[in-house]
Amino acid sequence: MKQWEGFKNGNWSKEVNVREFIQLNYTPYEGDDNFLAEATERTKNLWDKAEKMVEKEILNKEIEICTKSFSGISNHEPGYLDKDNELIVGFQTDKPLKRIVNPYGGYRMVKNSLDAYGAEMDDTLEKYFKEFRKTHNDGVFDAYTEDMRKARTVGLLTGLPDAYGRGRIIGDYRRVALYGTDFLKAEKIKDKENIKGLATEEIIRLREEVSEQIRALDEIKSMAADYGFDISGPAKNAQEAVQFLYFGYLAAIKENNGAAMSLGRNTSFLDIYIERDLQNGTLTEEQAQELIDQFVIKLRLARHLRTPDYNELFAGDPNWITESIGGMGEDGRTLVTKSAFRFLHTLTTLSPAPEPNMTVLWSVNLPEGFKEYCAKMSIKTGSIQYENDDLMRPIYGDDYAIACCVSAMRVGKEMQFFGARANLGKALLYAINGTVDEMKKNKDGSLIQIFDDIERIDDEILDYDKVMKNYTKVIEELAVLYVDTMNTIHYMHDKYAYEKGQMALHDTSVHKYMAFGVAGLSIVADSLSAIKYAKVKPIRDENGIAINFEIEGDFPKYGNDDDRVDQIAVDLVTQFMNELRKTPTYKDAEHTLSVLTITSNVVYGKKTGSTPDGRQKGEPFAPGANPMHGRDETGALASLNSVAKLPYDNVCKDGISNTFSIVPSTLGNNEEDRITNLVGIMDGYFDQEAFHLNVNVLDRELLIDAMNNPAKYPTLTIRVSGYAVHFNRLTKEQQLEVISRTFHERI
Amino acid sequence: MTEGRLHSIETMGLVDGPGIRTVFFLQGCPLRCTYCHNPDSQTMFSKKQITPEEVVKTALRYKPYYKRSGGGVTFSGGEPLLQGEFLVETLKLLKEAGINTAIDTSGYGDERYYKEILKLVDVVILDIKHFNNEGYKSITGKSKQRFNKFLSYLDDFHGTIWLRHVMVPSITDNKESIYSLFNEISYLADKIDRFEILPYHRLGIEKYEALNMEYKLKDVPEMDKKKAKEYENLINRLLDKERERTKITKEII
Repeated sequence: MKQWEGFKNGNWSKEVNVREFIQLNYTPYEGDDNFLAEATERTKNLWDKAEKMVEKEILNKEIEICTKSFSGISNHEPGYLDKDNELIVGFQTDKPLKRIVNPYGGYRMVKNSLDAYGAEMDDTLEKYFKEFRKTHNDGVFDAYTEDMRKARTVGLLTGLPDAYGRGRIIGDYRRVALYGTDFLKAEKIKDKENIKGLATEEIIRLREEVSEQIRALDEIKSMAADYGFDISGPAKNAQEAVQFLYFGYLAAIKENNGAAMSLGRNTSFLDIYIERDLQNGTLTEEQAQELIDQFVIKLRLARHLRTPDYNELFAGDPNWITESIGGMGEDGRTLVTKSAFRFLHTLTTLSPAPEPNMTVLWSVNLPEGFKEYCAKMSIKTGSIQYENDDLMRPIYGDDYAIACCVSAMRVGKEMQFFGARANLGKALLYAINGTVDEMKKNKDGSLIQIFDDIERIDDEILDYDKVMKNYTKVIEELAVLYVDTMNTIHYMHDKYAYEKGQMALHDTSVHKYMAFGVAGLSIVADSLSAIKYAKVKPIRDENGIAINFEIEGDFPKYGNDDDRVDQIAVDLVTQFMNELRKTPTYKDAEHTLSVLTITSNVVYGKKTGSTPDGRQKGEPFAPGANPMHGRDETGALASLNSVAKLPYDNVCKDGISNTFSIVPSTLGNNEEDRITNLVGIMDGYFDQEAFHLNVNVLDRELLIDAMNNPAKYPTLTIRVSGYAVHFNRLTKEQQLEVISRTFHERI
Repeated sequence: MTEGRLHSIETMGLVDGPGIRTVFFLQGCPLRCTYCHNPDSQTMFSKKQITPEEVVKTALRYKPYYKRSGGGVTFSGGEPLLQGEFLVETLKLLKEAGINTAIDTSGYGDERYYKEILKLVDVVILDIKHFNNEGYKSITGKSKQRFNKFLSYLDDFHGTIWLRHVMVPSITDNKESIYSLFNEISYLADKIDRFEILPYHRLGIEKYEALNMEYKLKDVPEMDKKKAKEYENLINRLLDKERERTKITKEII
């Protein structure tokens, strides 16, 4: 095939196999960043225009919504920012930043969002949609039990994807560029014919899904045609490769408004096309950078319509357009290419920004030049997160990517059912209070009790064994309820809001994960440690509910590399995972668990009463797997060592998030020292089988100034648990919480 | 069993010697520097004790971080040289464990142990408070004699030296002072890895209030960081030249 000239052929030429294509054709790069080119004038002008629009959006809090049609792959007219200067084209609607209305997740969410921004949906569309179409949200609530509703109301289970798109699915967008849609369609037709067997529910469902996928491929092709591109066949050069890949992704974000719409792992793939053009002399380094820059500009302008509540939970306008960069191959060659550098370089050619969510797959064997470049960019921009490739590669191979913040999956071969998280802090209080909620009451003022067979503890001083015994019971029942709730949600999501465009870019037979989560790990570990090593006396209200705790004596705290309490944390996640596994999942998905809160640690805290570790009612939890701020007594590495003990494989296989903020002057006295030290910290941390590190290098004073003078810092980017945000888009509460977090600092 | 008097541990010391360092702040200091930002570590009374074995055990937990960065353990203070016996014993064990060691000192300790300490330790981070006796006394409250004594021991030291000087406005923030500092240590140039000028800051002031101690530099402004950096560059240029000169001299000889 002409478009493949110069590529080494293999099985990939006959069947879909992007990994093999990469392995046979990519050029590892072991050097440093000296080859990088600056942004072109064209890019600078374009970004300038885009950035002004973004700044305006953040400061004015005004958004534009397309109310003339609903979401869909090819439902909107083409849109441009500055047609003559756009090398890569395509927006979700006919204008940049104009948001799509996606009603399939739930109409109430849509209505609330529209109301919040003073917009109204086209009358006819709204009328007929409501009359003839049932949504995911409707389905879920038809099938929810009383217990599920209760657990949701009190905040025992929170952030459930039962009213919006679940996301966390990564289409293999590279397939569009490598094969074109016609070949992909032909393969899917073959797959469908090969679904043999009796028409069981499972088989019927699969046949229907594949038919939907085939339809989606036609829609992607037609959407690209609207922009003047024929993507029925493979991309013939680097520009087309970037453009076709982007069309694949664009289809996904036109059709879905999932919480996390991640991009995959594309730099080594694109690098092959760029290298070929560079060799041919049809592309210069400057032009190569321009392609990546323009691609990234498009990613930064992706938007979804969400309610202000949602933004309160997740801080601003996140899309989690996560791009996984680097890592090592199974054959020992690095997967770092020059395009890995080019991608990170957009943080300087454009400006630091939260999207795409730059995720470096760290291995101790990464080329030194790349490690140093990453550290340099972290120090300069605070926009990168790191995840342990040496831990993931043995499990997922070398063509996996991260969805959202920390969820690994093989690209195009695996997907996950996103499962939000259970509030362990509350679960512990339930163990003490006989599962009566400590904060929320029924409308008539009566108490809300979740499970009815767990007895309240009335002791004057809490007894560790007794509390543990009750806690175990709570966890057993919570686990069943949680899995059942998730099964209900994902059954309905498949039924009413199936992601046909993204699934068309997966194999037909896909491995599935069901990704459960926990919040409040450090609080429960510290609470149990307090009960075990100090004296904890509950203060009870007139109903006998413990509403606060008096602590007498000192106790080991998570975050000090002290096994006495760190082991409690390890046991907590292991126990919860074991319990979850006992209940079967929808579509036989593999149970996994994450310790990740993003910014929802603030909201979880709000909904949870005082805890036995001394945390007061309403105070935020620590984010993700972080120790509570102010509790580490011997500095940051002790805190990292504590987190590193949490087991990934087999237990927290959906990721363990840790956010780390350090003041520049504490990191070293000059730039060279800072880079060496940061690389050393990551090598040391990941060497102990730790999973994830978000790195912020900044001063607390800067954040305080930004909070008080937002106009001065229109695009200040910081990393929170698992992704980055524009600081200005955080709520005041979240800003204060971020500021109060531990900044590792020496005076 | 020898025990050290411990003030605290910092597991992420990134400005306390080469690479990533586990810093053991030892309790007690004979000096009373006007700008000391750890006044709580001056008194000889300590609530916490630590054995040499415990130091090694803690350090081993951080070995993965030392590997690439060339880090190790740093003893700071307080004044670590006051606890010579403990230091010697601990340095021995750390050496056996293959861990790089440093002492962060004002050179004001127990002379009996200097020789042995300097045989064992890899890096000496020495704080030069002032280049003359009068200035030294006004900053520290003590005579410079004991410092000079420690300096003389460095002739036979085979490791790396980092020098430090806290620059306080109106005391040493001038070129003449830089030349005087340089003249005092230029003969050690070959062993000196770097000379850091630390700009005086007031971040320790709250600790004085908490401890009910008088803060003598109340009216002195913080040192301008940029200026301090310029002076730091100057003294390091002088040291470079000196090294170049001795190299040539050696070659001639």
